[in-house]
This record gives sequence, C-alpha cells and structure tokens, in this order.
Amino acid sequence: MKHIFKLLSVAGLALGLATGAQAQEKLKVGFVYVGPVGDFGYSYQHNQGRLAVDKALGDKVQTTFLENVPEPDSDRAIEQLVRTGHKLIFTTSFGYMEPTLKVAAKYPNVHFEHATGFKRAANVATYSARFHEGRYVQGVIAGKLTKSNIVGYVASFPIPEVVSGINAFMLGAQSVNPAIKVKIVWANTWFDPGKEADAAKALLAQGADIITQHTDSPAPLQQAEAAGKLAFGQASDMIRFAPKTTLTSIVDNWNDYYVARVKAQLDGKWTSIDTWGGFSANMVNMAPFTNMPEDVKKLAIDTEQAIKSGKLDPFKCPVYAQDGKEVPCNGKGALSDGQVLGMNFYVKGIDDSLPK
Amino acid sequence: MRLELSPRQNVWPLFRLLSPIFAMAMAGLLASLVIMILGQSPQAAFDVYVLGPLDDSWAIQEIAIKMVPLVLIATGLSFCFRANLWNIGAEGQFTFGAIIGSILPLLTQGMGFGPWVMVIALLMGMLGGALFSLIPAYLRAHLNVSEILSSLMLVYVAQLLLDWLVRGPWRDPNGFNFPQTVNFDAGSLLPVLMDDGRLHAGVILAGIVVLVSMIVLSLTLFGFRVKVIGSAPKAAGFAGFSSKETIFAVFIISGSLSGLAGIIEVLGHIGQLKPSISTNAGFTAITVAFLGRLTPIGILFGAFIVALTTIGGENAQIMLKLPLDLTTCFQGLLLLCVLVSDSLTSYQIRFVSDKPSPTTPIEDA
Repeated sequence: MKHIFKLLSVAGLALGLATGAQAQEKLKVGFVYVGPVGDFGYSYQHNQGRLAVDKALGDKVQTTFLENVPEPDSDRAIEQLVRTGHKLIFTTSFGYMEPTLKVAAKYPNVHFEHATGFKRAANVATYSARFHEGRYVQGVIAGKLTKSNIVGYVASFPIPEVVSGINAFMLGAQSVNPAIKVKIVWANTWFDPGKEADAAKALLAQGADIITQHTDSPAPLQQAEAAGKLAFGQASDMIRFAPKTTLTSIVDNWNDYYVARVKAQLDGKWTSIDTWGGFSANMVNMAPFTNMPEDVKKLAIDTEQAIKSGKLDPFKCPVYAQDGKEVPCNGKGALSDGQVLGMNFYVKGIDDSLPK
Repeated sequence: MRLELSPRQNVWPLFRLLSPIFAMAMAGLLASLVIMILGQSPQAAFDVYVLGPLDDSWAIQEIAIKMVPLVLIATGLSFCFRANLWNIGAEGQFTFGAIIGSILPLLTQGMGFGPWVMVIALLMGMLGGALFSLIPAYLRAHLNVSEILSSLMLVYVAQLLLDWLVRGPWRDPNGFNFPQTVNFDAGSLLPVLMDDGRLHAGVILAGIVVLVSMIVLSLTLFGFRVKVIGSAPKAAGFAGFSSKETIFAVFIISGSLSGLAGIIEVLGHIGQLKPSISTNAGFTAITVAFLGRLTPIGILFGAFIVALTTIGGENAQIMLKLPLDLTTCFQGLLLLCVLVSDSLTSYQIRFVSDKPSPTTPIEDA
C-alpha cells in the first residue's frame, strides 16, 4: 500500500512540476477567506484587495481565492494552494494562525501572510489594521446624534480586536457626550445575517436609537433602517443596503497593502514583517459621512484628520477601566500597541461584563 | 388530486442495487447542466472534482482524514436512525467528547509523557460523548421528550461550553488573550502514518468501528432488536424487547462514536482546542448516514463521496474558479437523487382524487 502511495506521489510531483513550469512567467498568489466573498463585509473587502492586485499587476500575477474555509479545514486549503504552485498566500482570519504556521514550516520556500495574528516565522508575515481608529470616529458621531443616549453594539467574539473596538467607540462617544450608554449583544459569529438581525432587534427593543456592529453582514443596518433608526456599516461601504440609515462605514482597505506585498514578492524583496496600519497608512478609511447635520459631519471629519495626522490617539492617557482605576500608560501619552492588541478589559462607563 | 405512495410488492433485487448508481448518474447529469450554465465544461469539472483528488498520495490521505469523523459519527447515527430515534445532536456530542478528551492532554502539557495520554484521552472522549447523549436519551425514555429537539438544542450548549473554556479557564496564558488553548504535546497527539501527508491513526480506529458495526448490526440479537424496535415497535413489545433499554443503548453508541470523532479531530490534526474545532461533521454525517442507507459499508461510500467532492470543490475553486456553493449544491443534489431513487424503487406513486367518497361520515366540527 505504501508503495502505491509513493508511486502516486511521484506521479503527482511530476504533474505539479509540469504545471509549475508552464506558469513560470506568472506569480501565483492565493487568498483564503473565512466568509463568502459575497458577505459584503470582511471577506468582500479582502477580495477587493485581491482584485486590486489583479488590476495593478495582472500581467505578472495570477490570483486565486478559497472562500468560506472553516478553521479546522484550513490546513488542507492552504496546502492545496501551495501544491498548486502558489508562492505567496494570504490567510485572512485569526483562526488560520496555527494552520498557516504548520504549512509554512513544511514549505520554507513559499511566503505566507496571516491577518490579525501574532505569531510570525521566517516565511510568515502578519498584518492587520487599526480598525479602532474608525470606531472612535463612529463614537463621536453617535455621541452627538443619539437622543435616547443608548447605542446598540452588535459584537462578534470577545477577542482583543473587538474589545478594543468597543472601548474606542465608547471613548469617542464620551468625548462629546459623557452620559451615553453602550449596550452590547454578542452574536458569537462573524457572519450570520439571521443572528445579527436578531441581535439588532433586541438592541432596538432596549431603546437603542443608533446601531453599530462588529459583524460582517449588512443585516443589523437593515434592521435599523426598518425601525427608522441610525446605524454604522462594517468593513465595506454598506450604504446601498440602508441609504436612509447609514451614517458612515469603517472601510477596510487592503488594496494598497496587497499590491505592495505582491510587488515585494515579484522584486524578490519580500521579508517577514508585522504591519499594523490605520488611517495614515490608508488601511482603514471612513465611507462618506451621510444622514447627519453639517456640524456633526465637520466634527467627524476633523476627528478623522486629527487621528490621521497623529494629533489624536483614540487611547490617549488617561484611560480608566470599568472599575474606575487608571490603566497604566505604557505608550507615549497613550496606551501602547501591545496594550491595544491584547486588550481584555472595558473602559469606564460600559454597562456590560466581558464574557470570560 | 393528491399523491400517495404505496409500497411495491416484490422489488427486483437488481433494482435496489442499481438504484444508487442511477441516482449518481442523475445527480451527475443535473450537476453538468449547472456547470454548463456557469460556462465551464462538465468534462473539465469532472476531472477536477472527481479525478483530481485521487491522483496523488497527499490528496488521498486528505480524503481519508476528512472521512474519519464522518464515518464514525454516521455509523453511530445509523444505530439511532434504525431504531427510529432521531439524534440530530451528534455535533454536540462531538464537541463534548473533544472537551472531555482534552482534559488530560491539557493537564499533562509540557510534562513530556508518552502516548498513554493519547490512549486515555481517546477513551475519555468517547465517555464524554456518551455522557452527553444520555441527556436526550433519558428525556426521551422517561419523559417522552422529543429527542430531535433536546439533542439539537444541546449542540449549542456544548459549543458555548467550549467557547467559555477556551476564553476563560483553558486559555493559553501566553496567547495575548486570544481564545485558544496551548498546543498539546506531541506525545498526546495521534501518530501520523505516512511521511508525505497528514494521515493519522484515527483512520485505523474508524476502520475497526465499521467492521464491528457490520457484525453487530447484521449478526447479533442486539442488531435485530434495534431494527424491530424501529420498524415495528408493537411487535418488539410482544417479543419482550425493552424499548427504554434500546433507547439508552443506541444513544450511548452514537454519542461515544461522535465523542471519539471529536477527540480524534483534536488529537489528529488540530492539536489544541479553540472555539471552532468542527467543520459541521455532526450534521454532514446525517447526510452521510442516509447516503449510505444506514449500513456501515454504505456509510463508508457516502463519506467517501462527500470527502471527495469537498476536496474536489477546493480544486474547482482554484483551477476553474467555480464557486464553493456549487459543491454544496452538488452534495445536496446527490442526496436528493439517492432518496428519490430509493423511494421510487420501494414505492409507487399513485394519483388519488381528493373528492370525499359518499360513504365517509361527516364529522362534527
């Protein structure tokens, strides 16, 4: 039996080499998505980045994606891409961290990039975006516009990225409206329109007049529109799903990053680095500010500019934790990157306990 | 007018044998149509979906790995389904088995113990799945609560328990608060069987389970009892077969096999616990059990088809840029065709007029 397998694998190798030789002039770049490309949120934006690579470097590069890949299956999906000749592979969800490292250890000549993780290797780079900068701007808008002083927050999983998003939102809101309350529903999913809609309904029923979300489908936005309330979109500009409701969306912009990294690979200059960019690196954008009065719009734009220029840090010290104690200030006048990346506490004023 | 199904007398045995082949041909034909509509050649799609995954050792091993949990769970479910008990919660038993089975590898992490940790972990995984399945079994046997609902609802309980554990008490202290446990020691993991792939010892366990189930279902009194209770409960009562005992027995079998599948997935290739350890094997296995007509050999075949098309589906995304939904659609078509073809082999369709016959007494409202 083992012999047959060996024989077959030799045949497979020969086949692989043959296809490899044919594709020599074009670099194959693979993407692994956690959701469907049609989620119009997180995976959709990564796919926009892939299309940007096609557009910019299409004559030298061929891109491929695998969508909706469950975490326990991702080892195989990533290895499939390696075995079909992909030399640079982007794995775009936190849960792909260990699988990416496992496959990377087996194929030292292939380069990998893992989004939102913290473990690197000689051939595994990491990248993420400072989404919390956008959340702060949203908080400022919500603080100005809410009448009930209750904002509903549809959250996905209590990982640091989401927790720091909630905190940044709250700090932004408190900066203009100290009385504001944030109510949180954990949907325990990144993408499930049904659950996300239910979460939004529950929040609206509790008196929220603005909905924001850290899940990927437009469902919460549509619920808010149906109830005649206001809401923020997530990951991509979602205004087409709720034109009367959408205030703005945080737009993940992977285009420049992906093009730059693929270019580095083409030029033989790829190295394993950690990238964490926000407004200033053009990795996070705000969609146009809509459905709000001019003065709020101006305030939002000013806040965005202040963060972009480095004048304002969403986590500028002092930051107070939920119990009122001041959080140690490990960065320069603000919390350090490490503190934000591992954030595991709520700031003062959030009326919820963190799921443990 | 309405349709009525009435059993066919004397079905030619060859028909029964040919029915799944016919079903696959039909499904293939329908899938070809869809692929043509999407602008690809069915021939190329067949190459990529079916032949591609079979052309090298690595891919064959991946198919086997994918089959292991499906075969284990579906074999267990076949006991329940034969007894007319609808355990829909295998996914929960899978998860709970993975949790209980992971206790020892977690406690001994970093101590460098040998493979006995793995053996005990496997047994604890089975125990965990079995214990979890006792809840719907008890509710059904003693309180007559629908096992469909109770077992399904318990899926969420198990998943949320796992979620809580990996975010709280079992979280890797050096993991930046991310929800996952430490990586288990190599000694706690299932041994890998091949040099060029990930095939692990779980495949041997699955093989043993299939063999034993074949013997139990076809050659023992217990296997007969399960069948009679499912198909003719009254006759079973007259024969002195206890239905309560049987409920517990089939749920324990099904639960322990699902639990075993769970811990095998963890020790076989995930190597740690995290919020999502399953690819919905507990639900897919229901499809597999019916594709296999509730027989162990059929289940092997059904699991093979599902694993093959799943991996072929990834190939198709890479090579032909066909969407993932097509794979799901194809798997659904296949199940539908098998069920329709089996039904039409055993039953004939009659059109019955809906006009009430004059002799029917009119009931008071």
